[in-house]
Amino acid sequence: MTLVAGPDLGGREPRRAARAHRRPGRMRGLWEASPLTYLTLIVALVLSVFPVYWMIIVATRGNDIVGDVPPPMLPGGELGKNLGAVFDAEEASFAKGLVNSAVVATSVTVSTVLFATMAGFAFAKLRFRGKNALLLTVIATMMIPVQMGIIPLYIMMGWFGWQGELQSVILPFLITGFGVFMMRQYTQQAVPDELIEAARVDGCSTFRIYWSVVLPALRPAAGVLALLTFMQTWNDFMWPLAVLSPDNPTVQLSIRQLNSAYFQDYTLVFAGTTVATLPLLIVFVIFSRQIIGGIMEGAVKA
Amino acid sequence: MGLDVRPTPTRRRAKAGVPGPPPPRATWRARLSRLDVRFSPYALISPFYLVFIVFGAFPLLFTLWMSLRDRELASGKDEYVGLRNYTDLMSDSDFLNSVLNTLGMFAIATVPQLLLALLLANALNRRLRASTLFRVGALVPLITSTVAVAVVFTQLFDTDYGLVNWLFGLVGIDPISWQSDRWWSWIAISIMVDWRWTGYNALIFLAAMQAIPHDLYEAAAIDGASRRRQFWQITVPMLRPTILFTTIVSTIGGLQLFTEPVLFDNGRMDGGSTHQFQTVAMYMFDSAFTSDDYGYGAAVAWMIFLLIIAFSLLNFMFVRRMGGVK
Repeated sequence: MTLVAGPDLGGREPRRAARAHRRPGRMRGLWEASPLTYLTLIVALVLSVFPVYWMIIVATRGNDIVGDVPPPMLPGGELGKNLGAVFDAEEASFAKGLVNSAVVATSVTVSTVLFATMAGFAFAKLRFRGKNALLLTVIATMMIPVQMGIIPLYIMMGWFGWQGELQSVILPFLITGFGVFMMRQYTQQAVPDELIEAARVDGCSTFRIYWSVVLPALRPAAGVLALLTFMQTWNDFMWPLAVLSPDNPTVQLSIRQLNSAYFQDYTLVFAGTTVATLPLLIVFVIFSRQIIGGIMEGAVKA
Repeated sequence: MGLDVRPTPTRRRAKAGVPGPPPPRATWRARLSRLDVRFSPYALISPFYLVFIVFGAFPLLFTLWMSLRDRELASGKDEYVGLRNYTDLMSDSDFLNSVLNTLGMFAIATVPQLLLALLLANALNRRLRASTLFRVGALVPLITSTVAVAVVFTQLFDTDYGLVNWLFGLVGIDPISWQSDRWWSWIAISIMVDWRWTGYNALIFLAAMQAIPHDLYEAAAIDGASRRRQFWQITVPMLRPTILFTTIVSTIGGLQLFTEPVLFDNGRMDGGSTHQFQTVAMYMFDSAFTSDDYGYGAAVAWMIFLLIIAFSLLNFMFVRRMGGVK
């Protein structure tokens, strides 16, 4: 996933101010948006949002709309009925899928944030033998595709007796190299060395420093990591498909079941996909500023 | 850092021969604190290594070992066959077909995706009204569930009732059979992939664009360079490392393509009636979990890994080349 480098966007504000001050006549047009720019952006916005909008429209309609000309572009009043059918569909275990996904994504998120901030703090601020080599292995693990492992993981889960159980989709993802590296980059620049030294002089243990000094300072970045992790876990498909069974699914497996069983009944299937998608979208829209900031700041200087 | 917090007064007193043993509690604490400084870093990073060794490194080697065996879970069969799985793969037309499909969709998806992302980022880099709205819009696809959106797109691309064919019909284009035709199925799946990732890549490009010094553009403008020229001669060369990064990430993702084509085939692993859009990842899944041939599936997994490494290196060389001209 994203490679995170030290965010040094500090220059953004001063630059904007400077731009407002000195603006020689011929430079005025340099950053101005042309109508064509707006046209491009509006087309992109419509294309981005339309499939989600369409999903919601269909989810609120009756099945009679299939083949309607022109297709409906406004919501109807059948959402309740469709949702009822989704939760009644036995093949999909939809309610169970939702609860399972919430449990899995929450556990993975909490542990990833906790362990990643711990390791990130150690790599950014503590001195120990073998640090650089160890950090390199963290980065290397980011390159290993998940799919490489699912066949042996499946067999391992058989040894432990965890096939079909939720721990099989939680434990392998308790922490990622991506999380560690991202938190290391943020710790390095968000936590001043003096703060840590001061805490040491006051007699804090290393763990106490982590808990009372570092973790609070990392809150914004940890929030971004939490949302990215939650999203990724919530959307994971291949490994749950391999290891879980249809009667104890995550919500993505429920959708697949729904889709195979009712593929002619679009409105029902779309009601299911809407339920599985909207919670994340709402969370995203609420925190969109922080998330976008986090992705852009943490972005790239590969 | 690594601050020494031994209670020195106690020591000095002891050295000076001042009678009375140093308070044992202080030494105990000092020793503890030294141990703390020395070993807590390892304690803090240990969860990562614990998870990585058990669920990352071990499975990797286990896959390699399994790929040299004929292994079935149902019958319990498990015997060493050397490199036979790999030599079989080389003459397995279904496998070669899946490699072709994966590479084809990877090319169709990635090239336009990165170009569009560059253009979008360039547009977002202007002074804009409602810039947050456009950025949020760019990221909405990433937040939606892949499975859900694949289902929605599959319906949009339905041959008889799909919105896309209806729109095409308005301008007089005959309905396209998106599922059954190889090329069209590749394009439909590539559109799903691009829909999800273009905006995200655009934001990454945007972040890198904002770090380019403005003086460069101002100087170019004074010299009379058009905006288009500025884009190709300043923006793109300055973004070289970022382009490399996004290309490699797209490669890793593209060669593992799985969810979209599976849902495009209604949740099956076949990739259409003639395997016209079956990817390598689907073939791996199918070999292991459907055909109960885990050794063979493990060999396919290693081939995916090798493909990823090979293509990342190719990208790396290509982008370096591209930059060498400048």
